[in-house]
Amino acid sequence: MSGQTVEKLAYMANQIARNMTFDATPAASIAEHITAFWTPVMIDMLLAQSNAGLDPLAAEAMAKVAAARAHAG
Amino acid sequence: MGYERQADFGTPEVRSDQEVTCFIDGREVSVPAGTTVMRAAALTGGSIPKLCATDNLRQFGSCRLCLVEIDGMRGTPASCTTPVAEGMKVHTQTPRLQKLRKGVMELYISDHPLDCLTCSANNDCELQDQAAAVGLRDVRFGYEGENHLGAPTDTSNPYFDFDPSKCIVCSRCVRACDEVQGTFALTIEGRGFGSKVSAGLASDDYFSSECVSCGACVQACPTATLQEKAVKEIGKPERAVVTTCAYCGVGCTFRAEMRGEQLVRMVPWKDGKANRGHSCVKGRFAWGYAQHQERILSPMIRESIDQPWREVNWEEALTYTANEINRIRDQYGRNALGGITSSRCTNEETFLVQKLIRAGFGTNNVDTCARVCHSPTGYGLKTTFGTSAGTQDFDSVEDSDVVLVIGANPTDGHPVFASRMKRRLRQGAKLIVIDPRRTDLVRSPHIAADYHLPLRPGTNVAVLTALAHVIVTEGLADEAFIRERCDWDEYQHWAEFVSAERNSPEFLAPVTGVEADAIRGAARLYASGGNGAIYYGLGVTEHSQGSSTVMAIANLAMATGNIGRRGVGVNPLRGQNNVQGACDMGSFPHELSGYRHVSDAATRALFEAEWGVAIDPEPGLRIPNMLDAATDGTFKAIYIQGEDILQSDPDTKHVAAGLAAMECVIVHDLFLNETANYAHVFLPGSTFLEKNGTFTNAERRIQPVRKVMEPINGYEDWQVTQELARAIGLDWNYTHPSEIMDEIARLTPTFTGVNYKRLDAEGSLQWPVNDKAPDGSPIMHVDGFVRGRGKFVVTDYVPTDERTGPRFPLLLTTGRILSQYNVGAQTRRTANSVWHEEDLLEIHPTDAENRGVKSGDWVRLASRSGETTLRAHVTDRVAPGVVYTTFHHPATQANVVTTDYSDWATNCPEYKVTAVQITPSNGPSDWQEDYEAQATLSRRIEGTAMEPAE
Ligand code: SF4
Ligand code: SF4
Ligand code: SF4
Ligand code: FES
Repeated sequence: MSGQTVEKLAYMANQIARNMTFDATPAASIAEHITAFWTPVMIDMLLAQSNAGLDPLAAEAMAKVAAARAHAG
Repeated sequence: MGYERQADFGTPEVRSDQEVTCFIDGREVSVPAGTTVMRAAALTGGSIPKLCATDNLRQFGSCRLCLVEIDGMRGTPASCTTPVAEGMKVHTQTPRLQKLRKGVMELYISDHPLDCLTCSANNDCELQDQAAAVGLRDVRFGYEGENHLGAPTDTSNPYFDFDPSKCIVCSRCVRACDEVQGTFALTIEGRGFGSKVSAGLASDDYFSSECVSCGACVQACPTATLQEKAVKEIGKPERAVVTTCAYCGVGCTFRAEMRGEQLVRMVPWKDGKANRGHSCVKGRFAWGYAQHQERILSPMIRESIDQPWREVNWEEALTYTANEINRIRDQYGRNALGGITSSRCTNEETFLVQKLIRAGFGTNNVDTCARVCHSPTGYGLKTTFGTSAGTQDFDSVEDSDVVLVIGANPTDGHPVFASRMKRRLRQGAKLIVIDPRRTDLVRSPHIAADYHLPLRPGTNVAVLTALAHVIVTEGLADEAFIRERCDWDEYQHWAEFVSAERNSPEFLAPVTGVEADAIRGAARLYASGGNGAIYYGLGVTEHSQGSSTVMAIANLAMATGNIGRRGVGVNPLRGQNNVQGACDMGSFPHELSGYRHVSDAATRALFEAEWGVAIDPEPGLRIPNMLDAATDGTFKAIYIQGEDILQSDPDTKHVAAGLAAMECVIVHDLFLNETANYAHVFLPGSTFLEKNGTFTNAERRIQPVRKVMEPINGYEDWQVTQELARAIGLDWNYTHPSEIMDEIARLTPTFTGVNYKRLDAEGSLQWPVNDKAPDGSPIMHVDGFVRGRGKFVVTDYVPTDERTGPRFPLLLTTGRILSQYNVGAQTRRTANSVWHEEDLLEIHPTDAENRGVKSGDWVRLASRSGETTLRAHVTDRVAPGVVYTTFHHPATQANVVTTDYSDWATNCPEYKVTAVQITPSNGPSDWQEDYEAQATLSRRIEGTAMEPAE
């Protein structure tokens, strides 16, 4: 039985990205969504894996999440 | 307080701007124009004898007991059918009237048994009261000749009897069933003296008729003809306490009528603003579970789930639990802990559970079962309108011209609201139903949907976008409203998107399975048919695009200007009684009460000052993530109040694995539910009859729940949570739930004006109740959206990843039925089970024939997740390619089959779409058998023979 695997988190991020594709600023909105609803542990887990299987838009959003976290310290 | 029936004004209240003044027996009274003489008299405190009139039914004028004399008018008109006129002078007691009434009464009594003294309705019978009121002492006609006194009693309904020998053929029951309930199950058969009440065909008894056991006829009956069995068994009630139903989100209020500590009956409260005196079979009759022998009354603990339970006292249970919580926090960190609040419990209880977790456990890992039902509503409506709640009160439907129902089955899920909606539909409002299944609403007595769009499960967004396409491209959008109330740029971006050819009904027809013409017709009707109101349910939210669907609905309402006044709006029909409240109370891991994100420093500061602890600024885990983390070994302990996640959450095997991986599972509930099979601590819970608090219904209406009897387990649920908090070292000292509400009001801007004193005085309040809306808010977004400008969100149709294929060619969708409630823990423990002994699989005749399946056969239902078996019911209610079942019985384990796909924004599980295959079978699956064995083992209690049968 699978747990909190990176594949599952990547699936979630990709699913969010697919549903926000038509947003005016998709990458920023996806990043905001993930920061608002995921725990830091989940975010770190996904960020730690460089080839997690993210779609381009999800990857762009995760880069924004990473940048914001680095900035926040 | 002694027992009195609720006041009956004889005829319904009339709404009118005009006042008329008249004189009743010399007393001056002013009433709205159109009010009857009978009602006006009742308002002066007088009472005119009556039998066929009662104030929740239209006047009928058949018994002739209510005659009056009016100056300047000939004869003796019936006061129940005569409206008052300006200056009218009415006399209700004259010798002439007395004689006439006595004569009428004598005729009635001559065909009525004279065993008042031994009748179960003695002293609670209108016929008896009225006979006394007209001064009838003896009967001249005698009892010889034809009468109905020997007619046998129909006892087929489990909750009430029909004894025709006592019937006076006033037809109040028939009219109640027609007008109030809308089922049209009863008729008056025959004519004149031979006439009698009948439940459909002459051969039918109540049980085999169309009757849905709502109880409206019983309530309307002025004699003991239709009477609750419990009154016969227990006796006449001695006192009544007003409280709120604990079943569904309609939130009906009832008078709990008591004899000593025993509940005799629940009678819908006429002043209840949600139900207006009506009820359904669940709230009215299915409360017997409160005293069910399987209720667990003593706390129990065990170190591991393969051990039998050990009964302990409260102190030992709480100390053990507190030690475990402290141990796990020390060993694994605070984020290894979490909890789940219940949509069945009160606002106060829910608030305390999330407070215990945030302030006591020190983590935001708190979630609620609303996760699996209406979390997309919260997300979608907050994003578009700014408030995570429906926009209307139930009364609003009285002003709707077009009702659009999508993904909801109100006659089963929200019966009392459905009755009110059906009444409006019978008056001529138009109806659009969007549902894969032909629900009862599509065609019922005197109602036929103008459009039924039987879409393929999983294509809600495509259908809604196609509707929007028609509205925009045919110029039906309300541009003035949009320019004034919404963000115009966002609207244009959205309008451009929906106008694209790929979103046209014609283009999408192969995807949705709905004919383009029907979509075009429905769109035109909704956009231009007058006040358009949308009602939706779990068929909208429980999808991988649940949140998108809610936003697509909000887009439609904004685009057509159907928001911000009576008769319109976007209305989620909430499943459980307090789903709205549980969400309001800060049950989600990212939000504090009133839907404020934990990252907001000012909000946190407010709570930190009140609670004296730091609040984590990062969101916590949602239920599925908690289970994932448990499987990973990082999540170890959970406190679950009033929820059965093993049965109600998707992918049962995954939930079981997550729970089995935890070191301390604390279940606080009434019964050893399925989740308790994996628990280490069981804390007995109390029923709604045994506690004080409030529930918030689907209209945002906060209503009192009042203790009518002492908790037989010893404590109300909030007290247990408080004791647990104290055991882990928190200094909590609430002495009454009203103090918890005061704290909620201090911390939550939408609740500032809420307190028990006001709730007692006003009956209920609809939030927001604050400086801006001191008397509450029946309708939201009246002068503008809560978020400022309404936000149009582009909702692109993204097909679910759950696809049919050669192995799993059919789509399974799930739902519920009237007599059962959710996982059925309560209703299965009442006589309601006579209506639903097991979950059945509905399958279309073509699909059934292809598989050699007949109604009643056992079939194997298999998906990628797992398989189960149940019996088939062949019906064309479902389309070819679609199968349907309910999830009320643990033996079925319908969620063994559902997948862990979920809504993209909220992770609300996709219950409504699973690719499956059906094959004939000859009995339970391996999983069912293994599960049953494990459950039996797990339910053992040391020193007792108790192995509760499920
Ligand atoms: S119980 Fe309700 S549905 Fe049944 S006959 Fe009476 S009014 Fe009609
Ligand atoms: S059953 Fe009761 S309500 Fe119905 S006609 Fe007879 S007396 Fe009236
Ligand atoms: S409609 Fe809902 S709230 Fe009303 S009685 Fe039935 S279950 Fe209870
Ligand atoms: S009460 Fe008026 S006619 Fe029966």
